[in-house]
Amino acid sequence: MTPALEMRNISKTFGAVRALRGVSLTVQAGELHALMGENGAGKSTLMKVLSGAYRPDPGGEIFVNGVAMPGGDPKRARNNGIAVIYQELSLAPNLTVAQNIFLGNEPRRFGIVDAGAMAMRTTAALKRLGLSLAPRTKVAALSLGERQMVEIARALSADAKIIVMDEPTTSLTTRETDRLFDVIAELKRQGIAIIYISHRMEEIYQLADRVSVLRDAGYVGTLERSELSASRLVSMMVGRDLSTFYKKDHRSPSAASEVVLEVRGLSDGRLLKDCSFDLHKGEVLALSGLVGSGRTELARLIFGADQRRAGTMKLAGRPVTINSPIDAFREGIAYLTEDRKQLGLFLEMSISDNINIGVQSGDAYALGLRNFAAAEKRSAQAISSLSIRTKSGRVNVGSLSGGNQQKVLLARLLETQPKVVILDEPTRGVDVGAKSEIYRLIDGLAARGVGILMISSELPEVIGVADRALVMRDGRLVGEVASQPDRPISQEAIMELATGAAGQ
Amino acid sequence: MSQETNISPASAPSSARFRSLFAAAGMLPILVVLALVFQYINPRFLTETNLLIVMQQSAINIVLAAGMTFVVLTGGIDLSVGSILAASAMVAIIVSLMPDIGMLGLPAAILVGLGFGLINGILVAYIKLPPFIVTLGSLTAVRGVARLLGGDTTVFNSDLPFDFIANSSFLRIPWLVIIALSVVVISWVILKRTVLGNWIYAVGGNAEAARLASIKVPLVLLFVYGVSGLLAGLGGAMSAARLYAANGLQLGQSYELDAIAAVILGGTSFVGGVGSIWGTLVGALIIAVLSNGLILAGVSDIWQYIIKGLVIIIAVALDRYRLQAGART
Repeated sequence: MTPALEMRNISKTFGAVRALRGVSLTVQAGELHALMGENGAGKSTLMKVLSGAYRPDPGGEIFVNGVAMPGGDPKRARNNGIAVIYQELSLAPNLTVAQNIFLGNEPRRFGIVDAGAMAMRTTAALKRLGLSLAPRTKVAALSLGERQMVEIARALSADAKIIVMDEPTTSLTTRETDRLFDVIAELKRQGIAIIYISHRMEEIYQLADRVSVLRDAGYVGTLERSELSASRLVSMMVGRDLSTFYKKDHRSPSAASEVVLEVRGLSDGRLLKDCSFDLHKGEVLALSGLVGSGRTELARLIFGADQRRAGTMKLAGRPVTINSPIDAFREGIAYLTEDRKQLGLFLEMSISDNINIGVQSGDAYALGLRNFAAAEKRSAQAISSLSIRTKSGRVNVGSLSGGNQQKVLLARLLETQPKVVILDEPTRGVDVGAKSEIYRLIDGLAARGVGILMISSELPEVIGVADRALVMRDGRLVGEVASQPDRPISQEAIMELATGAAGQ
Repeated sequence: MSQETNISPASAPSSARFRSLFAAAGMLPILVVLALVFQYINPRFLTETNLLIVMQQSAINIVLAAGMTFVVLTGGIDLSVGSILAASAMVAIIVSLMPDIGMLGLPAAILVGLGFGLINGILVAYIKLPPFIVTLGSLTAVRGVARLLGGDTTVFNSDLPFDFIANSSFLRIPWLVIIALSVVVISWVILKRTVLGNWIYAVGGNAEAARLASIKVPLVLLFVYGVSGLLAGLGGAMSAARLYAANGLQLGQSYELDAIAAVILGGTSFVGGVGSIWGTLVGALIIAVLSNGLILAGVSDIWQYIIKGLVIIIAVALDRYRLQAGART
């Protein structure tokens, strides 16, 4: 039987980064094929190649029903019956259900939109999904689950044969999820192939006919439904190879050692619920969890970047109130953002200005005149101690590589002499050399007694650098994995907590 | 000169060097070319007398544009400077008519301008309204205040105590010109040599990053709108001194447009974070040279409007080009 979709030897490189390495995927008609892997494993890139958003590197081939389809052409992908339903829904809320379903493809009579035909065909498409939404309802009035159904109806009305669903249940209620699963069963009966991306084990058990796993941009393997087991999937996702460049020379503090930051019952009224933990002096505490589990939100709340709803904090035993980054700065808490270009750096300003921006008022002369000599000295020191590769501190930060930009940002927050450092994905988008330098820096900070909270999606990094890992799921801290002298943190334990597989 | 001038070229490749040179030197070559063209058309253009007239005519716009530079550097805009100038000029004349304290008309005008600027700043920084909307509102409201102040008539004072600022010179340089250039130099010191100036660039470059870097963003915004208002007040005093009169309805009409045009011509990016006060000075001089030169060349009043309008559009087009060339990565 000719598969509905066959992707062969797909590679994709962005500059020096290999986002996909020779990945193959075969999906049959009427099959639900789950795609799993850690964040950054290459799932989204592969789906973007499929939808034509990215052109695969030469050598990769895509066949739809046995016919070759050239890559990098979104329109051709659509005409071949490929539809992607994204996490962030792409409907226009100000338009009606029918208008959204036929957006850009409106049925016309004499050049005028045929509203009657549109409504009729919308009702028919919704009926195929067993739904009874009025075609003239504004999308803004629909729940998230209903909007997703409209997206699926749009895919069907465009005659989709292969539907990609990227974490479709993240924002759905249990009832909406059940209805989505009914619709999925109906789609399968109609012979539509579904590629289903999810981190949730229970969904995979319930739905998947087969599961393919990606890791580090490469294809690991495919399991049949009968072969599925949580431990097997997790070990495929995390792999075994621990890279050698992690550095952990500082001594892990004991549970009885001094607590530098105590967090109790922190909530933001939206995602975060009742987060409590202790960070010890000289400890590297990792914060693990899937994307969207609330790690960044928790970090920003501690730093005062967002509004706190409930909870208290103590610094070295002293209660503190932190309502803004200015408070955090004064109390000695520093935060490295995960998005250095949007939220961290001033790209049009020099390295020196970027490093000095937070501390320069401390050494300014009368009338707030800047002390350029002090600034110059500070930036020269940072450039040499963090080995930032640049000709001088006057170069604009925007012209540096990702790793060097990250080091500039790190230099800025280290200048504030923090007691607690929160690092949000400190090695994201950073080359291998800079990575190991950043690990050395983290290790050195811990050895000097700084408490470090490190958010990381890379499990090998967590294991290689952290003394302890907290795991978040759905806005809560759901568990803790400690590193023992003889036994390091286990990736399987983290993944089980993060995905909720532990309860299975 | 400005700091960017000596930063990038040292390390940048040649195309980038050209771009940064283009950004730094900005419109100076255009100013020179314009001057030479007008000199060719009418040899009276490049005489000392005429150049001092050009400077004198541009003085008020230079002052307004300097304030506008602060605001635009944060990514904002101040449409209300013309109205604030009118209200301040009214206050200057009214106070000057009071016996014994007539001299206070000068500081009164500046304080009134500062007050209106701070109101703009509070609305933008703390109520977090869009600058365009806020200052569009005050453009209208303050105009009304200006008319109210003089009972909607023109008020005169032929015996103005502080008229020397508009009608006398120091070492043959008119006081108006000295005031305008002093404002430019002080602005440069604030923008390039103080911590606050650095924060202004940071807020304009990336407001959210500035907040996370523990910069007091609202305070910076309050300051720039305050400066813009204060300088509009100074402009009002200068204008009153020149005319020995003020009129709430007509004075300062559409001055904000000339000020914005000078800032944009000077290469300050409309989205904030990039630009310099020297560029603004050149921009204001280009506008003044255009007006003066077109008159000397005998171009009709109507065509002067059309040509000046086109120059503003071309300036914005150049801003776009510059942003694309130095694309934010």
